[in-house]
Amino acid sequence: MTTSTNPPEETGANGGGKPGHYYSYGIPYLSIDNYPGKLIAIEGTDGVGRSTQIALLREWLEVQGYGVIETGWTRSELMQPTIDLAKSSNTLNKLTFVLLYATDFADRLEKEIIPALKAGFIVLSDRYIFTALARAGVRGVDRAWNRNLYGFGIAPHLVFYLRIDEKTLIRRVLQSRGMDYWESGMDMKLGDDIYESFRAYQRALLKEYTSMADEFGFRVLDARRKVEVIQDELRRQIAAFLAEPDGPAPLPSKAE
Amino acid sequence: MEGIDGSGKTTQLALLAKWLKAAGHPVFQTEWNSSALVKAATKTGKKKNALTPMTFSLLHATDFADRLLYNIIPPLKAGMIVLADRYTYTAFARDTARGVDRRWVRELYSFAVKPDLAVYFRVPIDVSVDRLMARRVKLKFYEAGLDMGWSAQPLESFRIFQGKVLDEYDRLVDEYGLSVVNAVGSITDQQRVFRRLVSQHLEIAHDDNLDESA
Repeated sequence: MTTSTNPPEETGANGGGKPGHYYSYGIPYLSIDNYPGKLIAIEGTDGVGRSTQIALLREWLEVQGYGVIETGWTRSELMQPTIDLAKSSNTLNKLTFVLLYATDFADRLEKEIIPALKAGFIVLSDRYIFTALARAGVRGVDRAWNRNLYGFGIAPHLVFYLRIDEKTLIRRVLQSRGMDYWESGMDMKLGDDIYESFRAYQRALLKEYTSMADEFGFRVLDARRKVEVIQDELRRQIAAFLAEPDGPAPLPSKAE
Repeated sequence: MEGIDGSGKTTQLALLAKWLKAAGHPVFQTEWNSSALVKAATKTGKKKNALTPMTFSLLHATDFADRLLYNIIPPLKAGMIVLADRYTYTAFARDTARGVDRRWVRELYSFAVKPDLAVYFRVPIDVSVDRLMARRVKLKFYEAGLDMGWSAQPLESFRIFQGKVLDEYDRLVDEYGLSVVNAVGSITDQQRVFRRLVSQHLEIAHDDNLDESA
């Protein structure tokens, strides 16, 4: 396989993305300038409690009168059956793996995220393109190519990264749903020992997230702390962001 | 092999394959958007008319990646001649005509193998339409560009959409050095030009029989 051109990295998803705007070339037929909504991504590996935190955030935001929409990774109606099928068969390779997830993201971006931002919702994204960049990075997919691919993504207003250490991560994943073939990197054949392969994969993933945390300016939270402590910190930072002059106004609350 | 619907490229490809096989060349054929992997999603999307230009583009890139790794690279490694009915240029032309960023789609396909020869069967839109009508081909939703809402009338939509695709192909001819075959001529004339182009890349005696019979 030959790579004919290596485009400059600035043309893809990178830390210079302006919140609420496309990272790069974007989708020319969908102008997203000055949309009132806000995009908040909660990133992190398996077992860091993303969905618990998002459910609590949603409740808190809605009580204040904000419209909230949740979106996840691999949940589009279009792609779910295909991704499931591809995972269950052995024909998936790293390139098609990356492209299937990108297709899924494009579908959700156009049909859920962009309309919600246009209508002034706060979009809480359970994982975002960083999950895809990390998984592809671990699999050795060309970095510049992969970032160009996601150049049509929208830079979030806030990215929270729920971070845990390798040991805690491994224990939590084993406790919750065990070692999923793909998301444990079994396709990478890192070793004959399933546990060792799983561990090497999780370690490599954490490394990818760490390097992106600096580059993309993630707000890093220690996910080993109690749910309430993490939630309080999330709320504090989100409240400060929403209080900025260009933030969406909440409804006046009679309860106060 | 590149060209819009009704350019006759599939007919030309079949004749070329016959000639190559008769000369003892191992030939492998692969067709645009034919992998089993994305069939389900493409079918769902097309049935519900749910594909956007971006998801349409990405699904075709996924299909291409799958075929590249299973149907294109292995036969090339085995020393076979791979005949591709449409290649990356189809994506460049169609996706751009649908409004996807021209630079983005080129970078998307930068993992592709550069073909030894890319032949473009150029045909005016009227000739293409006449051929499709003569075969009583029912114009398909996406092929006619009906997803773009330029016209509710399939034939009119096809003309508008494929007209834009033709403009993109013209751009590609210069950019990628595609070899152009005038696809208005007789099937035999086109095939003669086509075989001459291919034989420049192969150690193969040019087929004199065809020249004389024409």
